[in-house]
Amino acid sequence: MAANVETIEQVQATEKYKYGFVTDIESETAPKGLSEDIVRFISQKKNEPEWLLEWRLKAYRHWLTMPEPQWAHVVFPPLDYQDSYYYSAPKSKSDGPKSLEEVDPELLRTYEKLGIPLKEQEMLAGVAVDAVFDSVSVATTFKGKLEEQGIIFCPISEAVQNHPELVRKYLGSVVPAADNKHACLNSAVFTDGSFVYIPKGVRCPMELSTYFRINAANTGQFERTLLIADAGSYVSYLEGCTAPMRDENQLHAAVVELIALDDAEIKYSTVQNWYPGDENGVGGIYNFVTKRGACRGHNSKISWTQVETGSAITWKYPSCILQGDNSVGEFYSVAITNNMQQADTGTKMIHLGKNTRSRIISKGISAGRSQQTYRGLVKISPKAQGARNHTQCDSLLIGDTCGAHTVPYIECRNRGAVVEHEATTSKISEDQLFYCRQRGISQEDAVALVVNGFCREVLQQLPMEFAVEAQKLVGISLEGSVG
Amino acid sequence: MSEAVAASDILETYGAGAAPPASPALPWLESLRAGARARAAAAGLPTPRQETWKYTNLRPLEKLAFGTPSPGQIGAERLPSLLPQGQSARRLVFVNGRFNAGLSACADLPEGVRAGSLAEALDGGGGFDLAGHLGRIAGGEDQAMMDLNTALMSDGFFLHVEAGVQLDQPIEAIYLGAGQAFHPRGLIIMEENSRAIVVEHHDGLGGGAYFANHGCEISIGAQAQLRHYKVQAEADDAIHLANVRVKVEAGGIYDSFVLARGARLSRNEVSVRLEAPGAECHLNGIYMLRGDQHCDNTTTVEHLAPETSSREVFKGVLDDRSRGVFQGKIVVHKDAQKSDGHQLSKVLLLSDRAEMDAKPELEIYADDVKCSHGATAGDLDPDALFYLRARGIPEASARHMLIEAFLADTINNLAAEGLCPALMASVGHWLSDAATGEAP
Repeated sequence: MAANVETIEQVQATEKYKYGFVTDIESETAPKGLSEDIVRFISQKKNEPEWLLEWRLKAYRHWLTMPEPQWAHVVFPPLDYQDSYYYSAPKSKSDGPKSLEEVDPELLRTYEKLGIPLKEQEMLAGVAVDAVFDSVSVATTFKGKLEEQGIIFCPISEAVQNHPELVRKYLGSVVPAADNKHACLNSAVFTDGSFVYIPKGVRCPMELSTYFRINAANTGQFERTLLIADAGSYVSYLEGCTAPMRDENQLHAAVVELIALDDAEIKYSTVQNWYPGDENGVGGIYNFVTKRGACRGHNSKISWTQVETGSAITWKYPSCILQGDNSVGEFYSVAITNNMQQADTGTKMIHLGKNTRSRIISKGISAGRSQQTYRGLVKISPKAQGARNHTQCDSLLIGDTCGAHTVPYIECRNRGAVVEHEATTSKISEDQLFYCRQRGISQEDAVALVVNGFCREVLQQLPMEFAVEAQKLVGISLEGSVG
Repeated sequence: MSEAVAASDILETYGAGAAPPASPALPWLESLRAGARARAAAAGLPTPRQETWKYTNLRPLEKLAFGTPSPGQIGAERLPSLLPQGQSARRLVFVNGRFNAGLSACADLPEGVRAGSLAEALDGGGGFDLAGHLGRIAGGEDQAMMDLNTALMSDGFFLHVEAGVQLDQPIEAIYLGAGQAFHPRGLIIMEENSRAIVVEHHDGLGGGAYFANHGCEISIGAQAQLRHYKVQAEADDAIHLANVRVKVEAGGIYDSFVLARGARLSRNEVSVRLEAPGAECHLNGIYMLRGDQHCDNTTTVEHLAPETSSREVFKGVLDDRSRGVFQGKIVVHKDAQKSDGHQLSKVLLLSDRAEMDAKPELEIYADDVKCSHGATAGDLDPDALFYLRARGIPEASARHMLIEAFLADTINNLAAEGLCPALMASVGHWLSDAATGEAP
């Protein structure tokens, strides 16, 4: 019975995008369009030091000269950067909230609808959340408890004020301002995001989490996350995203930088569920994200796990630069595209240090009229003696109007390295479906079951709370794709 | 010539100083060449900025100092051959891209087989109208080198096998180069239910650096089969580019094998269109490189119809500072249900300075398909080496045995078994060269 209710809920939820509500909150926005003045405006709003403004302006000027990246297997009309707001903040009394009590109750209700009751979470879940609403961070829970251990977890705009030495040292050190057109734009106009610093030898006692939501119309969201794990530390970080339903396309160009020093480990998990547009491809988020981690220290480890179900267009390649000897990079990905969605996603593993290891497991599922591409690079530099890579990317096609593509690049310059790549493409077998149907499982549930089995290797990597959500998402995303 | 070659100069630079070929009697050919000339002059040489040329830079071609084009006399006994004695009776020889009747021998061809020079066929020799074939299989975008070939071609290998004719004896095509640029154009037409074996041999004549820019079009009719084997052993300072375009009809089979060990820079590009149900292709190859050699194998297989299948295995052995490139692309179009495509690239890196770049690509628009690809790169298996060493086999011999074994299974799988010993000998020859050239 309970399962039944859940199914009905799911179906209802998918008829409309579950998170497609708009929260009525007064917000303060900068004038539409992009110019040096807007960059100065944002910097001034954030009360930023001179060096950061200079850094932003330099990025902006370089951005003007950069061409749009054309190599991805996605199609969309050229972006009009002037037709968007670059700063939108929920209007608050003066200085912004100091604690949850001061946060606009309307905003809190929004998060409750999204399934992150901040208050409850503080008590029960033990997950520290930094929620980013349009352009600014609105609340960070558990801050006090984390401070006891010396962990810094705060909006990056706050870190600029309170820990300028750390920000200045690491900002842009993994993703340089001029890295690519979208990252460059982010460097110029990033508004907020999370900053995490785990001190030496500290094992972060709880999962850190950020929740992103684009609320206002015509705004782009440009958050920037900077995460530093000092020697011998460990952190697990979760990230979730949603946006309201709108007919126009909204740009989301985020940058995430991870730095792992000696013996440190970072686990970064994302469940991306931005509004994907309707079944005719109207509206939806353009998710153009640059994520990169640097294993600077020896024996360090960075692990990316992502579940990508939303966005009209996904353009995202979480990467690892394995600099330290014996460092490890991992990439686990499930990407699901339905209707008119397009995804071009994958990873880069750059092996620089000795005995570095990397593992890539990518599962792509395309349904409807969607197009999905895995694009990955494994590069073994001449000094990466004993480097090891294994890549497995499997694609599942549902229906004959979608496409699944695999474009791995393998560049090997060391004979002591072992690089392996395997990929398969298939569809759900009739036998599997028949077996389930025979046992009274509906066609759609059977598909969800098979797909969940197909993705299991990756979903297992997610922290508990996310794993459950992700499994449901897999089912929901594929609704209406069979029969 | 150290400056980059301007796009508009490309035809003069690589036209070998001769006037552009003209065939006033054949207006269709004139218009084909004119179109290609315009495209080639507009595009210039491809650069690594283009995705399909990402790993191969043609700078060495721009800087190439050509040797002397006239090699003097060569005797038939000096011709390289892969075939066992007595089998090389059917032989077409091209010197700097031009058919050499004196060296060729093509007696007793069965009824229904035309084999010879493309120039003669264009002149009406053989009574076969080429208008419906030449330039019809090639075409499309992003084919700068094929356009250059079309613009400047005047001669090449021509084979036409009529319906139902089955040729069991191989036909050999020997290309010899010296000191200039040349653009041979091949055309092979296999009518319904015909069968043939073509063995190509590419070598230098010792006349200094040259540039061979081959273009080849192949049409395989329903149930027809072509086995197309190539040994590329060009001179050390030569540049070898080849562009093979194939279309396969229902139930037809195109079986290709390339052994590459020559040239300082080479690229073998094969593009196959499987146009009707049951069409099949096998694209295999091995390459052995040392010094500064660069070898690129680029393949595209388009599955356009249901129940088509493709198989690809490429294996490379890279020593010194050599660089190997494998770019394989399988495209399964929307209607090509129940297609089956497999692709494999394996490479042994024998030196710390060698480099391998692989891009095995799948592009799939149909759901009921089986496609897979794999790529590996690494050194010889230390366990296997230890096993042999433990049995008293010296390290050098043990390494040779393992390399030979690595390459052998590709060769042993060839359908034309008669060629295997000669190909294995070619591998052995390359390995013994390594032994003598190796620093202590």
